[in-house]
Amino acid sequence: MAAPELSHPLPSTRKRLTPAHRWWWKFQRISGVVLVVLLFAHLFYNLVLGDGVNQIDFAFVAGKWAAPLWKWWAFALLVLAMLHGMNGMSYLVGDYARSQRTRRFLNALLGAATAVIVVLGTLVIFTFDPCPQGADASLLPSFCAEVGK
Amino acid sequence: MTAVEEVPTELGGVAVMQVTLRIKRMNPEGTGDHAPGEDYWEEFHLEAHATDRVLDALHKIKWEQDGTLAFRRSCAHGVCGSDAMRINARNRLACKTLLKDLNPAKPILVEPIVGLPVEKDLIVDMEPFFASYRKIMPFLMPAGPAPERERLQTPAQRERFDDTTKCILCAACTTACPVFWTDGQYFGPQAIVGAHRFIFDSRDEGQWDRLEILNDTAGVWKCRTAFNCTEACPRGIEVTKAISEIKHALNTGEI
Repeated sequence: MAAPELSHPLPSTRKRLTPAHRWWWKFQRISGVVLVVLLFAHLFYNLVLGDGVNQIDFAFVAGKWAAPLWKWWAFALLVLAMLHGMNGMSYLVGDYARSQRTRRFLNALLGAATAVIVVLGTLVIFTFDPCPQGADASLLPSFCAEVGK
Repeated sequence: MTAVEEVPTELGGVAVMQVTLRIKRMNPEGTGDHAPGEDYWEEFHLEAHATDRVLDALHKIKWEQDGTLAFRRSCAHGVCGSDAMRINARNRLACKTLLKDLNPAKPILVEPIVGLPVEKDLIVDMEPFFASYRKIMPFLMPAGPAPERERLQTPAQRERFDDTTKCILCAACTTACPVFWTDGQYFGPQAIVGAHRFIFDSRDEGQWDRLEILNDTAGVWKCRTAFNCTEACPRGIEVTKAISEIKHALNTGEI
């Protein structure tokens, strides 16, 4: 049996320490911790405070999103959860998709799905109208009457 | 010790027990009953002593029952790293595993290590494993001209990488790694242990070349800290800790 070939100790073309894998690895851990805080505060506010699960209707969500804090809270939840989930799924693709082509295709699909959901979700959060015209006033948050619609 | 006490023995004698080994076999040329390349389980019954290891049982089978049984072994004392195999669903060295510690009342399962192509019976092709090891450049890369005497280091500097010098390249860790099983690209824990041994050696100057390789697609970021490697290592190397130290060095830029 021939001796295995050894490559030259120093690579001829020096690559920079590409940060992509490292960055995603860090992101996955940091976003995981942040998501736990965001999610449990969200669940506590919706399900434990006030009347609990019975309070959730259009008026409750509309009233909540009248405050910028909760808008940004929902936005952070959306973006972090989608990116965290996308990266986790792409780890699975890396593990189980054998060929380079399948891997590229699945990752592209994953990226596209994430982008669509993040864009749609962001639109919903920031263009949300709490007092749609012509709606039954009893279903709307209380401040709609004061706005005078 | 309990197994010795349960079985009546002569004074100073060694307990004798009946064991069954169920071995996963494969013959690339096929046998009378099995197609070429087909996996099948075969049972062997034998008499063994309480002091016998799995390797002794395999020897007994090969020498007295079935000469076609193929397995690797060399030193038979846990140093050469040739006889790593999956015994009762855990990667171990056959020469360091006593039969009496495996519950001999039940058949003992012996399989080749997982994730490398099987050549015959318990022998796998180790080349993909060694190829990963070669990629991390497992040799000293000193800076400057060779000194006239040995390169000195303090006991503390030696202690820094002592754990990873124990590696015997048996592949028990790499073939216990779930990422290695599914992802053909991942270097596997052993190559990272091999790199750790040089990266944290004060005499070596090639650390950033190695870290660059381990920072790449097939490197340390694939590790999910499953701890299978640490559990599998027959030398007791803290493999997952070594991998984490390399992640830390890459994250902080400090060695």
